[in-house]
Amino acid sequence: MTTTSRSVISSGAERAGRRWSRRLAVLLLPLAVALPPGTADAEYADVVLNRLSEAADMAPVIFPHWFHRVRFRCKVCHSDSELGFKMRVGANPMDMQRLQEGEYCGACHNGQIAWGLENCELCHSGKMGLPTHIKGGHETSGPGRW
Amino acid sequence: MFRFASLVVAVLLLTVPLAQGQGNDPLSFNRLMPSPDTRNAPPAEDGIHDAASEGTHMLQTPREAFQPLPESNAGNYVDWVTALQEEHITPRFDLNDPTRRPTVMDLNIVREVKGSMPDVVFPHKEHTEWLDCSNCHPAIFIPQRGANQMSMAEIMLGEQCGACHGRVAFPVTDCRACHSRPKDGAQAAGGQ
Ligand code: HEC
Ligand code: HEC
Ligand code: HEC
Ligand code: HEC
Ligand code: HEC
Ligand code: HEC
Repeated sequence: MTTTSRSVISSGAERAGRRWSRRLAVLLLPLAVALPPGTADAEYADVVLNRLSEAADMAPVIFPHWFHRVRFRCKVCHSDSELGFKMRVGANPMDMQRLQEGEYCGACHNGQIAWGLENCELCHSGKMGLPTHIKGGHETSGPGRW
Repeated sequence: MFRFASLVVAVLLLTVPLAQGQGNDPLSFNRLMPSPDTRNAPPAEDGIHDAASEGTHMLQTPREAFQPLPESNAGNYVDWVTALQEEHITPRFDLNDPTRRPTVMDLNIVREVKGSMPDVVFPHKEHTEWLDCSNCHPAIFIPQRGANQMSMAEIMLGEQCGACHGRVAFPVTDCRACHSRPKDGAQAAGGQ
């Protein structure tokens, strides 16, 4: 838009700038297409976990980063010396058995640090059909690629 | 400045259609801007929670939780760094012990950027408030100044800084947060 109106007087550096915009464009487009539709208003950094849930007739799990980072630093969940969540959506082999044994979400959702695993619907609150992914900013559209 | 602005505009123009799905009025003012009243939506209206599920309605609405927090203009629309500094929030550093504090490391790494963008300043301080050294070293970055190849393209694809920025930490569109050190001399005069 603004770029075209100034193109008459463009210097080398400006052309470089535009080349950059184009490169960014090429990068961003596939990401835009990869986003599941209709989820535009989801909170930034919300994670949908649906590796096993839907196949077992449970709604997908939604993990809100914002809610947890108000209470815990990233390090509590993501360092190997504590809970050991890998920073990669879908990379943690979570299932109810592991949770019950106190791993992953179960390290806190045990009726002591946070409410217990009997509250199925608080975690399994997602819409059916959503793939496992993270909601990135609408600005970068993701990446949510992994 | 123009050049910088046009990059930003290009990025925004490309990506705003993603924020659509709200405001369907074809003649609305600011058609392509995400409207502040769809930000931090209640779970039942956010498109990923099942509005018919009882659990969904027991969850907290981000908009209400964020009321007391300093704002930013992207991501969660919360300035998490300031929120922590000013103790609006006091997230635990240890699972069980609420009194444990992080050992913060105050070391800035300046990465000179070729071309017209201001240089990148990576602050260890703001990162070690939240993270453990092992979250970055050595898997994402070799802990040695200048030892890591970085580029904007890879960051956009989720490598290096993009492992967190664009996913959980503030998104990549906030160019100035990282490109924060103006270049001196001729380049700065050339129109930054
Ligand atoms: C209460 C635990 C918890 C806290 C605190 C937490 N996370 Fe996470 N994080 C998770 C879970 C769960 C996942 C999803 C893992 C999976 O899908 O297997 C995740 C995934 C991620 C991912 C992967 C995203 C992707 O695109 O693959 C990143 C990056 C991340 N977190 C960064 C952070 C940062 C930065 C913070 C601090 C601001 C943080 N997390 C705080 C639990 C947490
Ligand atoms: C603290 C959050 C949490 C609670 C509470 C919870 N779950 Fe889960 N559940 C998970 C996560 C995380 C997974 C793995 C998600 C995935 O990738 O599909 C899972 C997976 C499952 C699965 C599929 C895998 C497996 O283990 O068979 C079933 C079935 C399931 N949950 C049932 C339940 C039931 C029934 C309850 C209530 C008694 C419950 N869950 C409560 C987090 C929770
Ligand atoms: C480090 C501890 C910790 C871990 C790990 C953890 N949680 Fe939580 N979670 C909490 C605490 C504390 C609360 C607040 C409990 C309360 O309000 O009583 C909470 C609340 C929640 C809520 C309710 C949010 C709301 O709006 O009230 C959901 C949903 C949730 N957790 C899901 C999960 C899932 C899914 C996982 C695993 C992927 C997980 N949590 C792992 C500590 C944790
Ligand atoms: C968010 C990611 C991140 C975290 C967390 C982090 N670092 Fe770094 N660190 C970096 C980056 C990026 C560099 C610069 C590498 C480069 O220039 O190629 C760096 C560089 C270093 C260097 C080299 C400095 C020099 O002058 O050569 C040391 C030493 C270092 N880090 C130690 C630590 C320690 C100790 C911690 C924990 C207290 C830590 N880092 C936490 C990202 C991180
Ligand atoms: C392991 C995750 C992680 C990686 C990798 C990472 N950051 Fe961050 N960064 C964070 C978190 C978390 C914050 C706190 C603010 C937030 O969440 O928005 C932060 C904050 C910052 C801030 C502070 C902004 C302010 O308001 O003061 C800057 C600057 C920054 N990051 C730059 C970088 C750069 C440059 C790189 C790559 C060299 C990088 N980060 C890599 C997680 C990360
Ligand atoms: C999370 C931090 C971060 C943000 C946000 C960020 N950058 Fe960068 N940028 C970097 C780093 C790190 C480099 C690599 C510096 C180096 O070469 O060591 C870089 C490099 C660049 C370069 C030089 C070319 C290249 O690929 O290395 C350009 C141009 C650039 N960024 C433009 C932008 C624009 C435009 C934005 C906003 C849309 C932006 N950056 C946002 C961290 C960031």
